[in-house]
Amino acid sequence: MKLLTCPVNGTRPLSEFVFGGELRAMPDPAAVSDSAWAAYVYNRIGAPGLKKEWWYHSPSGTWFVAERNTLTDQVARTYLYGQEAQA
Amino acid sequence: MSKRLPPRAGEWLKRDKPISFYFEGQKYQAYEGDTISSALWAAGEQVLGRSFKYHRPRGVLSLANHDVNVMLADGTDTNMRGDVLPVQDGMQLTVVNTDGGVKKDKKRFIDAISSLLPVGFYYKAFHTPRSLFPFWENIIRKSAGLGVVNFNYPRELKRKLHTHCDLLIIGAGPTGLTAALMAAPHGVNILVVDENAQAGGSLSYDNGGSDEAAKRLAELLSELGKYPNVTIRTGAYAAGYYTDHLIPIVETTGITKVRAKAVIVASGAFEQPPVFRNNDLPGVMLATAAQRLLARYAAKPCENAVVFAANKQGYRAAMDLLDAGVSVKAIVDLRADGEPCSLVAAVKSRGVNIYNGSCVYEVLPAANKFGVKGVVICSYDEASAKPLLHDRFTLECDGVIMSAGWAPAAALLYQAGTGMRYEKSAEQFVPAKLPVGMFAAGKVNGIFDLAQRLQDGARAASEALTYLGKQVPSVTVDREYIGSPSHPYPMVEHPEGKNFVDFDEDISIKDFVHAAQEGFDNIELMKRFTTVGMGPSQGKHSNMNAIRILARIRQLPVERIGTTTARPFFHPTPIGHLAGRGLHPHRLTSLHGWHEAHGAEFTDVGVWKRPAWYRRAGLEKQQAIYEEALAVRKAAGMIDVGTLGRLEVRGPDAAEFLERFYTGTFKSQKIGRTRYALLLDEAGVMVDDGIACRIAEDYFYITASTTNAAAVYREMQRWLQIWQLDVGLVNVTGAYGGINLAGPAARGILSKLTVRPLDDASLPFGAVCDTEIAGVPTRLIRVGFVSDLAFEMHVPAGSAQHVWNALLEHGAAEGLRPFGTDTQRLLRLEMGNHLIGQDTDGLTQPFEAGSEGAIQFDKPFFIGQRSLQIIARKPLNKRLVPFTLSQGYQGETINECNLVIGADGNIKGRITSIAFSPSAGCHIGFAYVDPANTDEGAAFNIRTDSGSLVMARVAATPFVQLQSEA
Repeated sequence: MKLLTCPVNGTRPLSEFVFGGELRAMPDPAAVSDSAWAAYVYNRIGAPGLKKEWWYHSPSGTWFVAERNTLTDQVARTYLYGQEAQA
Repeated sequence: MSKRLPPRAGEWLKRDKPISFYFEGQKYQAYEGDTISSALWAAGEQVLGRSFKYHRPRGVLSLANHDVNVMLADGTDTNMRGDVLPVQDGMQLTVVNTDGGVKKDKKRFIDAISSLLPVGFYYKAFHTPRSLFPFWENIIRKSAGLGVVNFNYPRELKRKLHTHCDLLIIGAGPTGLTAALMAAPHGVNILVVDENAQAGGSLSYDNGGSDEAAKRLAELLSELGKYPNVTIRTGAYAAGYYTDHLIPIVETTGITKVRAKAVIVASGAFEQPPVFRNNDLPGVMLATAAQRLLARYAAKPCENAVVFAANKQGYRAAMDLLDAGVSVKAIVDLRADGEPCSLVAAVKSRGVNIYNGSCVYEVLPAANKFGVKGVVICSYDEASAKPLLHDRFTLECDGVIMSAGWAPAAALLYQAGTGMRYEKSAEQFVPAKLPVGMFAAGKVNGIFDLAQRLQDGARAASEALTYLGKQVPSVTVDREYIGSPSHPYPMVEHPEGKNFVDFDEDISIKDFVHAAQEGFDNIELMKRFTTVGMGPSQGKHSNMNAIRILARIRQLPVERIGTTTARPFFHPTPIGHLAGRGLHPHRLTSLHGWHEAHGAEFTDVGVWKRPAWYRRAGLEKQQAIYEEALAVRKAAGMIDVGTLGRLEVRGPDAAEFLERFYTGTFKSQKIGRTRYALLLDEAGVMVDDGIACRIAEDYFYITASTTNAAAVYREMQRWLQIWQLDVGLVNVTGAYGGINLAGPAARGILSKLTVRPLDDASLPFGAVCDTEIAGVPTRLIRVGFVSDLAFEMHVPAGSAQHVWNALLEHGAAEGLRPFGTDTQRLLRLEMGNHLIGQDTDGLTQPFEAGSEGAIQFDKPFFIGQRSLQIIARKPLNKRLVPFTLSQGYQGETINECNLVIGADGNIKGRITSIAFSPSAGCHIGFAYVDPANTDEGAAFNIRTDSGSLVMARVAATPFVQLQSEA
């Protein structure tokens, strides 16, 4: 089983985590066109590479961001949302 | 005739512990420490099993877990592997896959007609005519397979352990032990595992006429004994590799899941048989098998041996045979240049003839093929791989010891994603690019010379320590070969075949040629057509030869053929080790014990166990549910709702948070009032609903559905982090018990337990208050899910039983009865309440479900708002409506998911809920229909399972009369 490092609780087995999808910035709903909004809601870039993902440590209720290479399944780093600079 | 030798230094037998056992009905003597095969062999028994397909007699091949034709049953277990399984006192063993015993197997005739049964014959022969296939299938199924499954197998719970170590070393041979010894002084926690009964690997049997190996092993073990941070576990195989160095170690007692920081794979190599006619007869065995027999089990492989060698191992085995008193008639060396090492002189000085550039053309069987009578030897042209018969001659012997090469025991390396390359100087695949934190050393790394292997173990230890952050000097290894350890093509063709490549499945050279002719000339296709490597040993002794044969057929270098994939498990692992007590946590409410004691039939709702209904004497399930439902309509019922999600949202921004999270408005909500809370996802799809109770200006108490509570709370936490509002969230689901009391008598019953006025003016529909019920602090909510007169009581979980009992006590006279979730579903349907997840699916948006009323577009933002704005401009495809069937409908049962068919014959929607309502006196339900056809009374057709159409009509809700109107 894979291990994942929660920025608060340290390295834990994957079974303690819930995947929360790719971290993507929401376009301004008031300004965005219908098609751009639909693209935001429905489309994901499937090409493998280093992606920012939401992960949730279930027992402690901690959401964080993991930078994961989806080709190699290597996690480069994890940090709390908004604390990328300090990571 | 006994082949047991006098006691030998280093043997694994406990001579002071003699035991006896039965094999095929006959009694045998053995010692503790023997395997089943070694005990039988030492007792002079050569026919230990029958081959899978041709039912040929088989004996010892490897003594290394490849002798899959020696499979036994003991009355309880089956397919027990004789070559590795320790024999035990009193065992009663029979051979699997025989018809009439191992000696008189009635199916032995198949060997004689084998030319009629080429590989793949049954793919072709039995397909036409199709009507006969069941007949053939019956015969094939009976003749395929090995042992018979015992359906009365005792249930044995095997423990599963977890452990952690800094360095896991797989293989306790010279390489692994040296690696452990080099790493031990650096303060790392080391676990060494080995599948053999004792540590030592080749040091425990590969003497080569000297005592150096035994001395080295004693030294290594004694040195390692000084380090408490080193644990050696034998009889323990590494069964697979899982991400981030999680490696299950299998022992007879169970599995230990080892999480290692670094792994050294020193798993050695499997000796590969050279391929020649009758290379499977009992008495023909691998050199290392002969050496294992001699050194570990003190048994002679034979009396008069011919050694068929294509590498140094054959000469080392010859020395060991000679030292044990076996007469070595000849060494037949496939290589024109012969063996370059100094052992040649040693062997010659003991009077052994060496025939270089020669092959064993065939082995001559003794009577019944129960053993070896002699061999035919002739010259061999290495370039063309052809035997040259002009100079053939026969040599009498009773055993053939064969040694031609190796295949790396690289299963775990493959599983971990190691890139392999073909090392030409060793004629072997070796690791080229290892995963991070994994290291390979020794024979699996293509290093065979003992001194070099020790160096390689030290090198791997140094690299692993560096990886673990220790400062250690680097070690280099010279990869030098005096003669290749493996021969590039140790195959001897014979017009009559029976030159076996895969002993598991009786596959010989011609089968590969046929497969290639049929077009299966890719290694993966060839594997599946011939079934090479698909038997119980999973190609450990056959895949490498198969690759070499295919390479020659296709005239490609071996590395262009590639290898097949290795998957867990490394050896067959008993289901009992894998199965057993799984961890499926479920939650019980604080009233669970009461439900159990009162006949509840439980159902799984998310992680919770909930009563579906309560058994009553003399009532079928459906009838019991109807009675529970009628109690709610006519008197009162109550249900345990302690499973509902309960979430506290507190803080100055609490209302703002809810307005963004749910579709409704909450800023204007009055304290002491509840509002419906509908959650969408960003695509506008309905996810969950519940109620929001405003307890204080900055304090909301939210309920969520049982199954979605965790996910709703999770999403709340995520959005709160993104929005950065001044709000605190607490999931208090487990802290509260919940009881919903519903029905016309509910108010009367409840008023006996509280001083709080409960009339419509004091506690109107949609009100919430904190009060006391039966002396327990209670959050009391007027809800309307199952009845328009219902009270939901949220009490501290520990007090729920007290309140439940008090209600029962005071409600019994009024006809109060508990009801379960099946009844709840009927009741909510009668009330015309749709259920998210039941009446909606993963694409349903609020316009389709008729939930527009819950949406407040006139606010800056809520999740799903932007998508709904787009959806609102598009035509609606379907709409959820309540419907009834005609009064007294007696036709075919209509099920959820039956389709709604329009007048044009097209699908317009589907049934999402349907039930017979005893209160309404007819079938009621929800269905998606054509949005143009939703007026009350409009008719539509439902297609039943059998295809006939049943008419239904759009109805008004509620389906039953409300209490307020009664």
